[in-house]
Amino acid sequence: MLDLTYAAPEPKRIAGAKDDWELVIGMEVHAQIATKAKLFSGASTQFGAEPNSNVAFVDAGMPGMLPVVNEFCIEQAVRTGLGLKAAINLWSAFDRKNYFYPDLPQGYQISQLYHPLVGEGEVLVDMAPGIARLVRIERIHVEQDAGKSIHDMDPAMSFVDLNRTGVALMEIVSRPDIRGPEEAAAYVVKLRQILRYLGTCDGNMQNGNLRADVNVSVCRPGQYEKFRDTGDFGHLGTRCEIKNMNSMRFIQQAIEHEARRQIAIIEDGGAVVQETRLYDPDKGETRSMRSKEEAHDYRYFPDPDLLPLEIEQEWVDGIKASLPELPDAKKARFVLDFGLSEYDASVLTAEVEAAAYFEAVAEGRDGKMAANWVINDLFGRLKKDDRDITQSPVSPAQLGGILDLIASGDISGKIAKDLFEIVYTTGGDPAAIVAERGMKQVTDTAAIEAAVDAVIQANPAQVEKAQANPKLAGWFVGQVMKATGGKANPAAVNAIVTARLGL
Amino acid sequence: MTITPDTARKVAHLARIRVAEADLPALAGELSNILNFMEQLNEVDVEGVEPMTSVTPMRLKWRADVVDDGGMQHKILSNAPDAREGFFAVPKVVE
Repeated sequence: MLDLTYAAPEPKRIAGAKDDWELVIGMEVHAQIATKAKLFSGASTQFGAEPNSNVAFVDAGMPGMLPVVNEFCIEQAVRTGLGLKAAINLWSAFDRKNYFYPDLPQGYQISQLYHPLVGEGEVLVDMAPGIARLVRIERIHVEQDAGKSIHDMDPAMSFVDLNRTGVALMEIVSRPDIRGPEEAAAYVVKLRQILRYLGTCDGNMQNGNLRADVNVSVCRPGQYEKFRDTGDFGHLGTRCEIKNMNSMRFIQQAIEHEARRQIAIIEDGGAVVQETRLYDPDKGETRSMRSKEEAHDYRYFPDPDLLPLEIEQEWVDGIKASLPELPDAKKARFVLDFGLSEYDASVLTAEVEAAAYFEAVAEGRDGKMAANWVINDLFGRLKKDDRDITQSPVSPAQLGGILDLIASGDISGKIAKDLFEIVYTTGGDPAAIVAERGMKQVTDTAAIEAAVDAVIQANPAQVEKAQANPKLAGWFVGQVMKATGGKANPAAVNAIVTARLGL
Repeated sequence: MTITPDTARKVAHLARIRVAEADLPALAGELSNILNFMEQLNEVDVEGVEPMTSVTPMRLKWRADVVDDGGMQHKILSNAPDAREGFFAVPKVVE
């Protein structure tokens, strides 16, 4: 595999009243596994259904119902692990995490505390061209999601919908390797990108299909390096966990606020209390979830309804062989094969569909030119209409056709923009449109000479001025382009104007 | 191992079982007896013995990723003390 090399970013520093402080951040990302049915039942995972209609008796916690694991959920979690270069545990097991809440009818969540399916891996978090943070993954385990409580439909009652209850989640746990709010958001962006490439999670944060818990602590410069050398958490500050965030912006704001809150406490001579907090985006602050504290006694134990999860190395190897090319490899290949800048390669590989589109256009053509057209013209035009790449009215073949017409000299770059707009709005074959509408570039020297002569003869005053000040020759070029409807080859016009004016 | 009335109160609360304060000492005694009885198992040397997960040589059953259940809102809600507009309705829980 091709690799680009990266330098680590500087950790963010926050100036306190007396000293500088650094942040240490670890994340737990809950990603809904993309499947048709739930983890332990045959009920649908479809979002937005009638309340309590995607519910089997197992999900509702009815007595005597037994869970049977969905094979594809396990396959998807293994695929995710392989995509994060992680160790796959051929033997793992399910445990019960016990707590009471109205949207958890079983009274426990089936999770994997003691023996997770996926072990240590890593994510390379791109911060800028040439700069990236390597974040280590501690583990990924498979677990059930809870239902949804709605508190604002009735003044005295909460309403519970169990459609999400029992849907499969992957909890992806990072090491405390993230060193600032921007890195935390970039980590989620990168993780989401990899999951979408793998097809194991749709990454829809608005629907809550990807959400993050963030562990934040602060320390003096130098302490983190001691922690990395020794593995001793004693070198770091006390952490607080901010629960359940589903937007990159909120993640950054919450971390920023939480770090400043902790610094203020320490500088006032106090001590940070380890606790779970919630971010309130309206007030821009985090607040304690004291009610959850007691529930922290989850009394985990192995789920007696489920035998250990045993998988074969051969099966894992089969999944590995079917992995798609992932963002890092694709980006490196775009840089090396197509001569793109790392920035352009990043833009083009951000979404797997966009990368495929670009490759189809660039195939057998000038890669840099294809990248410019896809990024500037196509993406720009789509953005104007609030469309994404999958809704592009211009196919890769059509855009490729436009590029071919430029390459062959049939149309100028300027005409190509007009042609693109025509193809975008009305469709059609670019070459046919050029032929029908007479958009072909005039490269015939005699025709251009005639047009130049006509302009010179009609404007004797301008000729005198231009001969005194050669910079004004551009005016003639413009007039000729206008007279030819933009179809004259600009380089040829320029040369002929210069010669005719005797400059 | 001894379970104190305080621990018994906490365990009862975690399990959402209401226990009268006067019943706690007796309950704590009973729980202690159960634990002490089970502690006899610690006398067995299990060094190097794999934990038994099944009495018969069985493996975990798997199911295919097929939607073959659900679509029965009425049945799911039929035992609920209160249900409105397709939802379970419970006394307000707010963080």
